[in-house]
Amino acid sequence: MSFIKKSHITLPLILFILIIIFLWKGLNLHPNLIPSPLINKPAPYFELPSLLDSKKISNKDFIGHVTLLNVWATWCATCAEEHDLLLQLAQQEHIIIYGLNYKDNPNAAKKWLMQYGNPYQKIAVDQLGNVAIDLGVYGTPETFIIDKKGVIRYKHIGAISADVWENKLRDLVTQLQNESS
Amino acid sequence: MKKFLFLILFLFSVAIFAAEDFYNFSNKEQEKRFRDLTLNLRCLVCQNQNLAESNASLAADLRQQVYQKIISGESDQQIIDYLVSRYGNFILYRPPFNTKTLVLWAGPFLVLCFGMIFLWRALRKR
Repeated sequence: MSFIKKSHITLPLILFILIIIFLWKGLNLHPNLIPSPLINKPAPYFELPSLLDSKKISNKDFIGHVTLLNVWATWCATCAEEHDLLLQLAQQEHIIIYGLNYKDNPNAAKKWLMQYGNPYQKIAVDQLGNVAIDLGVYGTPETFIIDKKGVIRYKHIGAISADVWENKLRDLVTQLQNESS
Repeated sequence: MKKFLFLILFLFSVAIFAAEDFYNFSNKEQEKRFRDLTLNLRCLVCQNQNLAESNASLAADLRQQVYQKIISGESDQQIIDYLVSRYGNFILYRPPFNTKTLVLWAGPFLVLCFGMIFLWRALRKR
């Protein structure tokens, strides 16, 4: 028998394995994706001017249909990445998409939409970013999926890619569309 | 000695306010509350900075919100509750003690206890 006792190896070994498990787990964590406490809560009250006309847009506009609320800005490079997909969703799949134009120059926003196309049925202008804070937005783009009752059911942080839409969002949107209002 | 002193100063220097906005408070107490709150709230963009030190534009907006709420007479707890209801416990540097965070709070003490027991048994055997 060697001079190192068995029990002197097992404990460090267990600790070592535990640390490895924790570190391994840590590699796959995404601390930049902060879960929203607003999931399954009604969209907070807001009333904002519309970008394209003189009407007002409020949280009541979510009632009656499933809505994708997309927080975007012209200064946000990642927002441009998802733009084509949003257009495709609006035109081909008839998804109702609202925009929240976040801390942007309204004229720049209008120009941007003229140039690249407009996937949004309604666009609310949040120049100060206060409504975004009420929604718990901490970066653009973010997309909320809001059900027929105006309740937030999901939030996607970052650009929506075709992969994200197919594998994460589409089924949820279809399911919500089939819920009674 | 000089080097040692320098090292000590370096290690224990207090973080300076990086944010350069100016806020008008009607009294010192409000100012202190603002400082304490923003020091203990986490910036969501640059996650290892607090609201007071972060230069992110969201942090500036959140500082503004905290300021407005203090001025309008809300209590610290009301302000914290508002921010937690929007961003979750993540915004707190000091997570609350509840069933979800039990392991987080109690874990270090448990490990310490195990260590003490282990040490005691190891020493007794000698």
